[in-house]
Amino acid sequence: MVRIKSPAELEELRKGILSKRDPNKPCITLCSGSACLASGSGEVAASLEEEIKKQGLRDEVDVRKTGCHGFCERGPIIVIHPEEIGYFQIEPKAVPEIVSQTIKEKKVIERLLYTDPSTNEKIIHESEIPFYKNQERLVFGSNGSIDPTSIDDYLAIGGYSALAKALSGMTPEQVLKEVKKSNLRGRGGGGFPTGRKWEGSRNAPDEIKYVIVNADEGDPGAYMNRSTLEGNPHSVLEGLIIGAYAIGAHEGYIYVRQEYPLAVENVGIAIKQAEEYGFLGKNILGSGFDFTVKVHQGAGAFVSGESTALMTALEGRVGEPRPKYIRSNIKGLWNRPSVLNNVETWANVPLIINKGAGWFIQFGTEGSKGTKIFSLVGKINNTGLVEVPMGTPLKDIIYKIGGGIPGGKRFKAVQTGGPSGGCIPAELLDLEVDFDELTKAGSMMGSGGMIVMDEDTCMVDVVRYFINFLTDESGGKCVPCREGLRQMYKILTNITEGKGREGDIELLEELSETAIEASLCALGKSAPNPILSTIRYFRDEYEAHIKEKKCPALSCKELISYYIDPDKCQACMICLRKCPAEAIDGGKKKIHIIDQEKCTKCGTCFEACPPRFGAVQKISGEPVPLPIPEEARIIARENKER
Amino acid sequence: MSEIILQIDGREVKAREGMTILEAAQGAGIFIPTLCHHEKLEPYGACRICIVEVKVGGWTRLVVSCVYLAEENLVVRTRSEKVDRNRKTILELLLAHAPDSPKLQDLAQEYGADKDRFEKVASFCIHCGLCVRYCAEVKKKNAVGFVDRGIRKEISFIPEIASKECWDCKECFPLCPTSALQAAYVLTEALTSSSPSFGPALEE
Amino acid sequence: MGKEAAMDTDRIDQIIDKHQGEASSLIQILLEIQSEHHWLPKEALERVSEKLQVPLTRIQHIATFYKAFSLVPKGRHEIHICMGTACHVRGAPRVLDTVQDLTGIKPGETDLDLKFSLETVNCLGCCALGPVMEVDGKYHGKMVPAKTGDILKNYD
Repeated sequence: MVRIKSPAELEELRKGILSKRDPNKPCITLCSGSACLASGSGEVAASLEEEIKKQGLRDEVDVRKTGCHGFCERGPIIVIHPEEIGYFQIEPKAVPEIVSQTIKEKKVIERLLYTDPSTNEKIIHESEIPFYKNQERLVFGSNGSIDPTSIDDYLAIGGYSALAKALSGMTPEQVLKEVKKSNLRGRGGGGFPTGRKWEGSRNAPDEIKYVIVNADEGDPGAYMNRSTLEGNPHSVLEGLIIGAYAIGAHEGYIYVRQEYPLAVENVGIAIKQAEEYGFLGKNILGSGFDFTVKVHQGAGAFVSGESTALMTALEGRVGEPRPKYIRSNIKGLWNRPSVLNNVETWANVPLIINKGAGWFIQFGTEGSKGTKIFSLVGKINNTGLVEVPMGTPLKDIIYKIGGGIPGGKRFKAVQTGGPSGGCIPAELLDLEVDFDELTKAGSMMGSGGMIVMDEDTCMVDVVRYFINFLTDESGGKCVPCREGLRQMYKILTNITEGKGREGDIELLEELSETAIEASLCALGKSAPNPILSTIRYFRDEYEAHIKEKKCPALSCKELISYYIDPDKCQACMICLRKCPAEAIDGGKKKIHIIDQEKCTKCGTCFEACPPRFGAVQKISGEPVPLPIPEEARIIARENKER
Repeated sequence: MSEIILQIDGREVKAREGMTILEAAQGAGIFIPTLCHHEKLEPYGACRICIVEVKVGGWTRLVVSCVYLAEENLVVRTRSEKVDRNRKTILELLLAHAPDSPKLQDLAQEYGADKDRFEKVASFCIHCGLCVRYCAEVKKKNAVGFVDRGIRKEISFIPEIASKECWDCKECFPLCPTSALQAAYVLTEALTSSSPSFGPALEE
Repeated sequence: MGKEAAMDTDRIDQIIDKHQGEASSLIQILLEIQSEHHWLPKEALERVSEKLQVPLTRIQHIATFYKAFSLVPKGRHEIHICMGTACHVRGAPRVLDTVQDLTGIKPGETDLDLKFSLETVNCLGCCALGPVMEVDGKYHGKMVPAKTGDILKNYD
């Protein structure tokens, strides 16, 4: 690769790359993000390469392994260009047909297309599928068109033009002004105005400054940063270099959690390629600006994603947050001005510089401009990553894009913001999702995780889950968080086990207050959010657990019993055979009875009973009916025939 | 070092730039309770009991006085409904670990803390970190440190270093508010004499 | 007792030198040692402490603070059960219970034959496949308690 020494040379290079690419040449893009890989896209890729070779099409067809397409529920995903035909849930055995029918004969294979569940219509083009049609994929959209390990792919779609524009046509102050004008707010959770954060560092009187990418993404259920880094690492790099230029930093760090090996690998490749072209290093694009970046891996601690903790980890010390009152953009890494931003925040920067703040502010609401990538997971039909403008109604995300709740179940709540966030109930489905609206409702944006819950989810159990997570992940340094969470967890566990007492809710509220007011860092301060938001919207569930020893959602193991309805049982023996505790008594025409002493509440019988019988029930808050007398258990032949 | 003037509990207090609120208060004879603070050690900000209410630019917030730097015209209240309520809860949480600690009991009386409010916890270490920090910053021997995180966090001696250094030193012993330190040391000594093991014991 | 990874001091030194012996790279160095040996032998930590001039207490804290590190040897097969929120809501705790019963170990433990090590992870990012159980890097999605036995008996 030749080192590019000026913006003009960059454009020459870009023209050269594009001239060698024929937009009409068939290209098969295959999603190779981590989730699709887990679904088997690696085998599909191997199959594709083999089949194309076999059919002698190596020179006529390109195969591009791209990053995450976002529609994770339907992976592995293939999109055939230039027609943009989308095929879903592809197995290796479908590959020969795809190559011979669609590539060679330009024929669409109907059974591989997406079927709209409401109209039963088959949709050919990926972008017309409701999941995609209702999104605004400004940041995430390019994932489907580029191979993340090829910097030339990124250049072909206009990559690094924002960098050239910033370094050659704008002063650092002008770049800063543009970012401020855009009103971009941090996408990692804090929602702090990015321009203001940069300005603080820019004005800090220190020669040495740092820029940092926070790719620790600790919220369970959130994986947009991962998909961005895996699928389009250069977008983040470009934003980082522009930011460094704006504040006057010459060194940067990308802190990636080690649980993301593919992201670590792809970022490493991207950095190497950027260095070879001269987008990193000395005198970038002939501007006189120097900048280098290093990758550091996390080692498995949620709290280390907090900015001061992350910087402490970068210094080689235990990644605990610092009890300080001077912002890290003034005194951060090694006590120098340090701008730490989330992956998604950095990825927005090249767009803002290229298209201008004026373009950016068209999207979103008054207080929250631009788009946000959400990970829509849990009890939802279309699990995946969605990007929508701020201000999109929650119900559109869940129903129009998410396709609603599986199994026809009722929506109960959506948890946003991870363990620091809260639950939004059904009565707030019209909420227009942005930073301030979520905070008003008692939750927060966080990094963008949206965990959907249905009528079978016990809200008290969900809170107990989050508090358990936090007791493990808390830094453990300060009393209100460590000890507060310890006691909260005991109380919540007691409640879910039927040992809750009057006054427990008030005690939880009191511990919450202390954690919010006196904790050392944001983990402790936000830990009570799940508790407080569920007490606000689902207090009746807490009270049922405490007063009636009942779990309304029929979920808490200690409070439910499994019972076979003798009127519905057809004695088919399926549950009896599958029961891992051998707790079901019965026979071929003898109605089954669960021995409550032996039952481990694993739920296998509930899943196993054929839906047309539906004989297994869950009971809570009342005693299990006594077994019917032995004689009544025999199903006579006549009964069955009737 | 320029002089600054701030207000603590209605009194005018003079302080030097770079002083924390705690230092300024102590200099003026105003008492603020502490558990993890020690004048020979870097401020730690962990026990949170030294919290005070400060008013700056129209905003009132709770800050830990051992870390927050004194500012010109800062208005500080060392006691208030919020401060006292939080101190009481913090004490009750700690008393669940070490109900017999004299230091905790004194403070408990002042703030009306009930030692039986919360379910008792097995370990009586309250994680003030005085032992760890003293050995690191003053003695520079690093014989004892922290392990793990969250509710599993504990102190742990390095047997090889402890067996060499601690017998003749023990300067950290009087610092421990609960005697958890002494107990940990005795346990380490007992284990060291049989086999030098390190870190969490291997599963039996 | 089982296999004790023979610790090669030269290899440890190599890893340290690769990071220019910088104390700020401490966590990166430990990650490499963990990745190669599948655990952090005590001698390795003492060597790192010596060469980087970093107190052993700090290394001990880091090695126990972060989940990526293990101070005991791991089994031949590492089972990771995702306990992320989406997987939890889809029933992961029941899967974990069953795996605990089948293997006889709890998360963070290794069995006596050094066959299986069990660990929970907080999110593998495959929420569409949840609940997810990963064994030796292979993902098993849409797990239910009944399926776990069949999968685990394939490993020896």
